[in-house]
Amino acid sequence: MDCLVALCQTRPALGDLSRNFESHQDWISRAKDASANLIIFPELSLTGYFLKDLVPEVALRLDDDRVQKIIAQSKDCSILFGLVEESDDHRYFNSAVFAEDGKILHVHRKVFLPDYGIFEEGRYFAAGEDIGTVKSKWGNFGILLCEDAWHAAAPWLHFLQGADALLIPSASPARGVDTDSPELSSQKSWHILNQSIAMFSQTWVLHCNRVGFEDGTSFWGGSSVTSPFGQVEAEAEGQEEQLLLFKVTAGPLRRARIFSPLRRNAQPDLIRRHLARLLKDPDAMEQ
Amino acid sequence: MNDLPSPPGCNVELAEKVLVGFLAEECHKVGFRKAVLGLSGGIDSALVVELAARALGSENVLAIAMPHQLSSPVSLACAQESAEHAGVQLEVVDITPPADAVIADAELAEDNSDHGRLRKGNIMARIRMITLYDRSARDQALVLGTSNKTELLLGYGTIHGDMASAVNPIGDLYKSQVVALSKHLGVPDSILNRPPSADLWEGQTDEEELGYTYDALDAFLHGMVDRRYSKEELRQKGFADDFIQSVTHRVQINQYKRRPPIIAKLANRTINLDYRYARDWGA
Repeated sequence: MDCLVALCQTRPALGDLSRNFESHQDWISRAKDASANLIIFPELSLTGYFLKDLVPEVALRLDDDRVQKIIAQSKDCSILFGLVEESDDHRYFNSAVFAEDGKILHVHRKVFLPDYGIFEEGRYFAAGEDIGTVKSKWGNFGILLCEDAWHAAAPWLHFLQGADALLIPSASPARGVDTDSPELSSQKSWHILNQSIAMFSQTWVLHCNRVGFEDGTSFWGGSSVTSPFGQVEAEAEGQEEQLLLFKVTAGPLRRARIFSPLRRNAQPDLIRRHLARLLKDPDAMEQ
Repeated sequence: MNDLPSPPGCNVELAEKVLVGFLAEECHKVGFRKAVLGLSGGIDSALVVELAARALGSENVLAIAMPHQLSSPVSLACAQESAEHAGVQLEVVDITPPADAVIADAELAEDNSDHGRLRKGNIMARIRMITLYDRSARDQALVLGTSNKTELLLGYGTIHGDMASAVNPIGDLYKSQVVALSKHLGVPDSILNRPPSADLWEGQTDEEELGYTYDALDAFLHGMVDRRYSKEELRQKGFADDFIQSVTHRVQINQYKRRPPIIAKLANRTINLDYRYARDWGA
């Protein structure tokens, strides 16, 4: 699966589609110049994050000319980018589009929408219902949009489907300078999360987080590549835009899975039976 | 109240990085290269001027000291020292004539009651705001706020006065964190060691007026607001009932100062209620 990945740690302009489309062209050119095989953009890379009432105003249908233009650029290099997707029945999804060979191969609609603290996605977006992997020519990929990664079952479902890598575009806000840690508390949490996910699902974890400020809230960047052993292999700086290149290979996947064959012993049917029992018994599980 | 928890810590390197980035980006993206702020001679504005000089370049920051005849001369000296340390230009504007004109018109000149002093303090704070916003228009410079999280939560400031600004880099830092970051950025000792004061009358100090120390207030507010400790947990941490009661009440009754005015709802989409856009919309 030797795949040169380009994580584009961008600074999207809030609600400015034209500017973001233009900057996507630049990033794609830069990544192609570096001979990337797969380009990953952050969550909502075409629109910015704290959209509020702008959601329907910046929403795009997948047949939009500008969206199609990016898709057409995936002929020689696969591209994962983020947008507000409007469905035929006018629901709005926080989506990531995976384009390859000039076509859409997969659209991941964010499943777990945060609606607490500073997050308002639950207010504005419809939730996706599918957690399926993308069978790319570069490997079998599971896409998790930011909060999706915090719900343990989501990476686990990708793991069961044999994902080689989890692609995690995010817009994670910088929070927490009141501890002794050398990192922001949100950054530290994501480090632990990425490493844990990589270890329990024995996949590469490619986390692409954005930078920039929106109404005073900053996004901390720090995009990273974590190996199936849970080692951080490459990491972008905080705050600044950066193109992070890393070659993802099959060797560590094989060795990690020989070292501890978690997939073989996962017992999904046992989990299914227990889940079915819990769902039938309101006393056993808080609903 | 013995053995209270410590006030919140602050990772000063990270805070500096985020706040310098904040000022640069939030000013530049709305088309401003320059900023203006009032320098009181206290630690809050001394910190903001250091951050602004790093973010925008010291040549793009204008500091204004706005003493009143009753202000302590030490305040002006500290403001000068602070501007010099940050390498920014300082303009000194004596607010005595305009402030005294309003004070005389309000028949407050001879009123030294608590309420009279409060009204005079508010008038001075608002004259300073007028001055800053005028220089903002004159120089196309964004007005920087200098209110910290402790005073914003306690409502210890004048609405439309010192609380008025376009962007505020330190509104999410408690006073004790302001002190830590100021030390890190080299704010002069003469300012670090001054007891915090609104400087409205001789010998006034914040802690005397608030009735509690900043360390106690910060430890409590950080526990309540940031850590979400319940009242029972705060009691177990050593905060006295009357302290919890009075500080909580103070935070609550000052909520209005932290919000835009309430608009009577009539239409389907009412500004800020269900007409909701980020301020950075399209910026």
